[in-house]
Amino acid sequence: MNEDNISIYQEEKEGLDPIKRIRFRVQGKIDWFWFLLPAIVLIVAFFFLPIIITFFISGTNMSTATGFQNWKWIGVKSYQRIAAHPDTLKHLWLTIKYVAFTLVFFNLGMSLVIALLTTHIPRRAGFLFRALWLLPRITPVVIYVMMWRFIAADAPYGILNQILIKPLGLQTQNWLPAAPFLFIVLVNGFIGASFGMILFASAIESIPKDLMMASLVDGSSYWQRVRYVIIPHLRWPLLFVTTYQTLSLMTSFEQILVLTDGAYNTEVWALWAYQKAFSTYSGNLQWGFGTALAAILVLIGIILAVVYMRYFKFEELVQEPKIETL
Amino acid sequence: MKVNLMNLTKKFGPVTAVERINLDIKDGEFVAFLGPSGCGKTTTLLMVAGIYKPSEGDIFFDGQQVNNFPPKDRDIGMVFQSYALYPHMSVFQNLSYPLLLKKRPKDEMKIEAQRIADMMGIGGLLKRKPGQLSGGQQQRVALGRALIKKPKLLLFDEPLSNLDARLRISMRGEIKKLQKDLGITSIYVTHDQIEALTMADRIAVIKDGILQAYTDPENLHDRPNTLFIAEFIGNPPMNLFDVEIQSEGGKLFANPGDGLKLAIPDSRKPKKTVKGRVRMGIRPQNIHIDSKEGFDTRVFLVEPMGRDDLIVCKVGNTDVHFLVDPIMRLKMEDSIKLKFDMEKSQFFDTETELSLLWG
Ligand SMILES: Nc1ncnc2c1ncn2[C@@H]1O[C@H](COP(=O)(O)OP(=O)(O)OP(=O)(O)O)[C@@H](O)[C@H]1O
Ligand SMILES: [Mg+2]
Repeated sequence: MNEDNISIYQEEKEGLDPIKRIRFRVQGKIDWFWFLLPAIVLIVAFFFLPIIITFFISGTNMSTATGFQNWKWIGVKSYQRIAAHPDTLKHLWLTIKYVAFTLVFFNLGMSLVIALLTTHIPRRAGFLFRALWLLPRITPVVIYVMMWRFIAADAPYGILNQILIKPLGLQTQNWLPAAPFLFIVLVNGFIGASFGMILFASAIESIPKDLMMASLVDGSSYWQRVRYVIIPHLRWPLLFVTTYQTLSLMTSFEQILVLTDGAYNTEVWALWAYQKAFSTYSGNLQWGFGTALAAILVLIGIILAVVYMRYFKFEELVQEPKIETL
Repeated sequence: MKVNLMNLTKKFGPVTAVERINLDIKDGEFVAFLGPSGCGKTTTLLMVAGIYKPSEGDIFFDGQQVNNFPPKDRDIGMVFQSYALYPHMSVFQNLSYPLLLKKRPKDEMKIEAQRIADMMGIGGLLKRKPGQLSGGQQQRVALGRALIKKPKLLLFDEPLSNLDARLRISMRGEIKKLQKDLGITSIYVTHDQIEALTMADRIAVIKDGILQAYTDPENLHDRPNTLFIAEFIGNPPMNLFDVEIQSEGGKLFANPGDGLKLAIPDSRKPKKTVKGRVRMGIRPQNIHIDSKEGFDTRVFLVEPMGRDDLIVCKVGNTDVHFLVDPIMRLKMEDSIKLKFDMEKSQFFDTETELSLLWG
C-alpha cells in the first residue's frame, strides 16, 4: 500500500513526530503481511512442502528394505542411476509422444473443433452435445477404461471386432496390443477434450454478438471468422488449456495403469515412477528412486510452464484492472 | 443499388418481430427506420444484411432475389451502435479487414486504409488499438471500415446513440454529407426522430413489427396518416383532443370542451362525413397567444426549455402544450388568451385511428 495516496492518513501523518511516522509506515507493511498470511500458509503447506519433501526423499535410498528408520543419504545417486538406466530414453520419448499427440489432437484440437461446432448450431443442441461429451469425465476411471477394453477386446467380445471386422470379413484380433499407443492417446484424449471444450465454448459464446455479425458483414466466411476473430479471442483459454493439460498429461497414469499396466510399451514416465515407488514385482518398493523420477517430472513441468508463459506473452493477456490500485 | 422488401416477415418462435413489411428504396436514397424500442428495426436491418433469414417474404437487390445470399456476397457495409471494432486489431487492421478478406494486395490495403482514415479525420491513429480511442474516434473507424470496400448498400444501426449530444449533431451532418457525396444507398435505423427527420430522404415508421408509414419527413410531420404517427412524430408531441364535430349553416365546428367552438376551415374538412366524436390534433407550434381573437385560459405550468418556454394550459380535461418566447415571462396562474391555428389541425377516427384528412 502506498499510504501517500490516502488522504485521511496524510492528514494524521503530518502532525506526527519522525519516530511515530516511521512506525506508521512499518505498520502499513505489517498489515499486508497479516492479510496474506492464510494464503501463504496454504501455498507453502500444499505446494512448496510436497515439492521440497519430494526432492528430499529423492536424495535418499529409502525403500521397503530400509524402512523409515534405516535409510541413508545418497545425494544424487538416484539421478545418476536414472541417467544411466537403459529404459530412460524409451520412457522419455514415449512420454513426449503421448503428451504431444494427446494435447494437440484431443485436448486442444478436438476440443476446439467441438467448441466451434457446438457454438454454430442451435444453442440447445450444442448444449446437449457438450453435456453428453462430459459423461466420460464423470464416469469412474475404472469403468470408463473397462469400456475401452471391451471395445478393443478379442473376438467374440470386442465391439470393434463385432461391428467392424466380422461383417466385413476381416481378421479378428485383440486391438489393444495391435495399436497400444493409439489406445492410450484415445482413452486420455476423449476425457481430456471435454476440459478445453467447455472453456473454449464459453469463451466463444462471450464474444460480443455484434462483433461476430460485423465480421460476416465485412465479408468473411465462417472459416475466416474463426481464423481472424474467434481464435484471437481464445488466446487466454488456449494458453491455460495448453499449460494445464501439458502438466496434467505428464503426470497422469491412472488410465494407462488400468488399461495396460504399462504393457505393450505404454509405460509413460509417471507410470514408471509409480511402479518403482509403489508396485514392483520384487516387492521392494524403491521410494527414493521413484521420487527421483517424479522430481524430474516436476522440474520439466516448471520449465515448460515458464516457456509457455513467455511464448504466449502472458503479461499482455492479463488486463489492467479497471479499478485503480490503492 | 435499389432495394425491395416484399412481405418481409421474421418470427422468433411464437414472437413475430417483423410482419409483412413492404418497402422499396431507390438507388442512392437515404432511408431511416424509425420506431420505438423493440419494434423490429434491427431485425429488419439484419435480414437485409443477411445475418437473419426471413421467415417469409423476399429481399431484392437491384431486382435480384438475395434471400439466400450470405452477407459476404451482398456487397454491404454496416455500422453498429456498439461500433463492433475488433479489439485485438489496430485501427489499420480494422479498416483494412474487409480488403484482407477480399485477398487484396498489401499495398492497396495500405493506400486505401490511409485514404479512408484521412477522409474520416483519423489518419494519425492507424497504429492504435480500439481500446485507446474515444467513442467518437471509434465511431469514425467503424464508419471507415463500412466504407472501405465501396459497398453498394450501407446499413446503420443507431450509430450515434452512444455519443454526446454535440458530437451527435456534427456526426449527423458528416454522415449525411458522406452519403450524398458517395451516393450510396443507405438504411439508417434510429429511434431518434430528429435524426430521422433531418437526415433521411424517406422515413419508414415501424411499430410492433408493422410498417406504419413510409414517406418523406415533411409529409410525415404535416400530413400524418395515423394517430400513432401524429403522436410519435414531432417534439413536443401533438396536442390531442376528443371533440364533437357539429355542422352549423354549412360550416363545421369542433368543440374541445369548455364550451369552445373552433371553426374548421375548408382545407381541413374531414373527407367522409363523420358523426359523433373524433380525435383532433394540433401541434404546440400552431397554438399562439392572441389577445384579440383568443379564448380565455390560465397558465397551469411553465417549463423553461432554453430557446422557448413550454406552457401547459387546461382546455376541458385536456392538457394543452405550446411554446412561447421566454421574453413574455409567463408565470403560473397568469390569464392569457389562446388561439389555435385551425389551418394546421388534424382529425382522426376514434376507432380506426386513421386520419380523416389524408387517407
Ligand atoms: N434473436 C432473437 N430471439 C428472440 N426474439 C428476438 C430476437 N431478436 C429480437 N427479438 C425480439 O424481436 C423484437 C424486435 O427486436 P429488434 O431488436 O428488432 O428491436 P429494435 O426495433 O431494434 O429495438 P431497439 O430500438 O431497442 O434496438 C423484440 O420484441 C425482441 O425481443
Ligand atoms: Mg435495435
